[in-house]
Amino acid sequence: MSAPNAGTIGNRPLPEYRQPTRRNTEALLLAVAIAVGTFALISVDLALYNQILTSTFVTVAVMSALLAGAHIVVRFTIPFADPVMLPVVAALNILGVAMIHRLDLAEQIRTERAGGTAPTPDLPSQLTWTAVGVALFIAVVLVVRDHRRLQRFTYTSLFVGLVLLVLPLMPVIGTTVNGATLWIRAAGFSFQPAELAKIALTIFFAGYLVVTRDSLALVRTKFLGLEFPRGRDLGPLIVAWLISLAVLVFQRDLGTSLLFFGLFVSLLYVATQRRSWLILGALLFILGATLSYYAFGHVRIRVQVWIDPFADAADNGFQIVQSLYGLANGGLLGAGLGQGYPQLVPFAKTDFIMAAFGEELGLAGVMAILVLYAILVERGMRTGIACRDAFGTLLATGLSIVLALQVFVVIGGVTRLIPLTGLTTPFLSYGGSSLVANWMVLGLLMRMSHAARTPDPVLIPVNRPVEASA
Amino acid sequence: MTRQIRRLSAVLLVMLTALLINVSVIQVWLAPGYRNASGNQRVLLEEYSRERGPILLGNTPIARSIPTNDQLKYLRKYSSGELFASATGFYSLVYGATGIERTENSVLSGSDDRFFVDRLQQLFAGRQPRGGAVQLTLNPKAQKAAFDGLAGRTGAVVAINPTTGAILALVSSPSFDPNRLSSHDPADIRSYYDTLTADPAKPLQNRPLAMTLPPGSAFKLVTTAAALENGYTPSSVIPGPASLKLPNSSRELRNWTGKGCGPGDKTTLANALAVSCNTAFAWLGIKLGADVLRSKAEEFGFNDSFAVPLRAAISRFPPGLDPAQTAMAAIGQFDVTATALQMAMVGAGAANNGMVMSPYLVQEVLGPDLAVLETATPARYNTALSPENAAALVKMMVGVVENGTGSNAQIPGVAVGGKTGTAQTAPGRPPHAWFVGIAPAISSQVAVAVVLENGGGAAEISGNRLAAPIARAVMAAVLAP
Repeated sequence: MSAPNAGTIGNRPLPEYRQPTRRNTEALLLAVAIAVGTFALISVDLALYNQILTSTFVTVAVMSALLAGAHIVVRFTIPFADPVMLPVVAALNILGVAMIHRLDLAEQIRTERAGGTAPTPDLPSQLTWTAVGVALFIAVVLVVRDHRRLQRFTYTSLFVGLVLLVLPLMPVIGTTVNGATLWIRAAGFSFQPAELAKIALTIFFAGYLVVTRDSLALVRTKFLGLEFPRGRDLGPLIVAWLISLAVLVFQRDLGTSLLFFGLFVSLLYVATQRRSWLILGALLFILGATLSYYAFGHVRIRVQVWIDPFADAADNGFQIVQSLYGLANGGLLGAGLGQGYPQLVPFAKTDFIMAAFGEELGLAGVMAILVLYAILVERGMRTGIACRDAFGTLLATGLSIVLALQVFVVIGGVTRLIPLTGLTTPFLSYGGSSLVANWMVLGLLMRMSHAARTPDPVLIPVNRPVEASA
Repeated sequence: MTRQIRRLSAVLLVMLTALLINVSVIQVWLAPGYRNASGNQRVLLEEYSRERGPILLGNTPIARSIPTNDQLKYLRKYSSGELFASATGFYSLVYGATGIERTENSVLSGSDDRFFVDRLQQLFAGRQPRGGAVQLTLNPKAQKAAFDGLAGRTGAVVAINPTTGAILALVSSPSFDPNRLSSHDPADIRSYYDTLTADPAKPLQNRPLAMTLPPGSAFKLVTTAAALENGYTPSSVIPGPASLKLPNSSRELRNWTGKGCGPGDKTTLANALAVSCNTAFAWLGIKLGADVLRSKAEEFGFNDSFAVPLRAAISRFPPGLDPAQTAMAAIGQFDVTATALQMAMVGAGAANNGMVMSPYLVQEVLGPDLAVLETATPARYNTALSPENAAALVKMMVGVVENGTGSNAQIPGVAVGGKTGTAQTAPGRPPHAWFVGIAPAISSQVAVAVVLENGGGAAEISGNRLAAPIARAVMAAVLAP
């Protein structure tokens, strides 16, 4: 009686173990996502025009082609990547497209009634940006063959990130929209560089913390019974805090500011495994928030509107009040696609797209969308845990946290859980920069997921101790 | 690092839960309050997708909502659009609602608080709330007679039941087709609306209520009422010369006949009214004084606004008149203006023993299940005349029709009272032709006022020639069995 040999059984070789790639699962889920999106588009058309519009056929065809392309690239280059992420993103993207189409039609109907000519629909532009996003997703998957190489670009990323953040302040190309200076405009396109900056800065934070985490973690001083980092180690945290404040001061972009700071503090905590960073971060956040409340009128207005939007319902509170009315109109199950009045909420296609979903798909729809985000974030965090290198762990976790924070900040703002800040809803909102940047994030996450889940090239024989049977 | 990531995930889960709880609170708990908030436009838009209640005459709908296949689920249809347009108004996507459609909107749309129970039932049944019905006081035959009588000429007719104040006819001419303004075709609504607003006759004006015009000699009814209440009798003899020099003025007022109104330039009050003697009433006006005239006018409803529930313009008897102006005001000129509704109320006050009733257009409000929720209760507006003086005035009005200027209002077998009026407007423009009539003289059933804007020839006869036949037709329609 002999223990079974790991490599062979008797003279025969062990049957080759194949890690499942789950690509067919992905394909199936993608089909489901496309089907859901198609139903959404059709119900919009039927509700508003009683017929299926040509644009819907085009949209479904384009989205299907793009997603099929993404799927094929994944299948052949990163076959072990997480099978759920791409379908979740696909569902969000196509739902966003359906809602943008619905709001396009609302504008069209309104202008037809007013006797004017309908404005150019945003649907083609959103489809184009989706195509660019998918193309860049593929590019990321193909170019970043090993995510660990990104660590080399730690400081380059910092530089790129800062340049991107500063771009909107440049005289010629920078544009101020709705009081926030976060746009650049060139050659007829406008772009929000902060969306790309968040990728660059996440790479920087991850690379930086991998190198410095030991000194940050181990050298401590005690204060009030808690261990705190030394003053000189506080430098990076202070720098991140100042960058966030600078974004707030110079670009009046509350959301991005919050995003970066939350990201850095979370990553510090993960990297150093010290809770004291969270406490310090929270204190700095409270300090920054208090300072900016007293220093900046626009922050004060946001907070006042948050506390009582109805006090100023015609002016500053208008957006949030309209958003609440929309959500109320939706109720439990929603008015139905095409049957509410989401066009009454300003910026329904961008910041307030969740109000539109809340109105037409109801609480049920909002919950479904939130759960989609939760799945995406959870899969991202899981990729972080599964990564075999610290840089990968930090990068995947960081990217997931950015996504989670962004969703929380914008949806919390739209639903008056927290003061309104002004960020796009990832994958749903109209807007090229957000869409492209988030597709690139997905590319990185899936590339890392593939790396984490790929079985080792050489199967290492494992000798399990086998209990002797009687 | 795994443990930290798990903890962070837990924090994110808490944040997600906070979002879910918050949005649940908004969409379920707070939603009813938000839905009914006053600034919520959705309420208005929602109206267009509900079945709107009908506007009824008796049990016959003159406006109702029929289901359609387009996005706005119901289309408003007016069965005799032009005929009743001045009462129903329109219900337009582009231009909002007017008339009863606007004033009774909460009933018709179903948002009225009295429908709470019904709304609740509909909610549980998963159906859209329904609208209630509004029944009008209009008499279809009288309305038709008035509309046909005006025959598209610029003018207005109001008929009132003197004992209740119920409006029996309310016609504005030229009229418009509310169907076209209430359609679902914005381009057509717009072009039709533009046509209507470009029309010099202003068809969208609700003339019987909104158009204030000098009443001319028809106002002599008010002056007569003031005289009767101040010691004069129908047989009082007053001066009626061919012309009267106005005090403190170089102007002379002439009779339209160019002659005196009686032997020796004197006339009885009754005869002065019958022949519409300008100089006699101007003299009376000066004698009675501006304040007496104005307060009598106000007892009939001048200088006050009415909501029937459509809002009527204020008829004016201006304050601070000097004697010359008072003389002109006494014959319905100078700055005295009145709506057709106001002049009908003058006739109705005389016919109802001196009691002026508040005019109203809505007879009943019915719930979605056609249960009667509210019935109009006639209300006294004011007492303008004692019953004796009212009877005297009515008798004098009968004299106008039987032996005076109002001969065209005669109905065989019925004692009809009335007063003509021909109001001068701008020089070179034809005068307004008025007629105020009541029938029958005893236990009157109808008081009517007819005005044709810039309708007639130069002479006093145009009130009789143009307006009296319409008044007769309307009165005959009301009296017809």
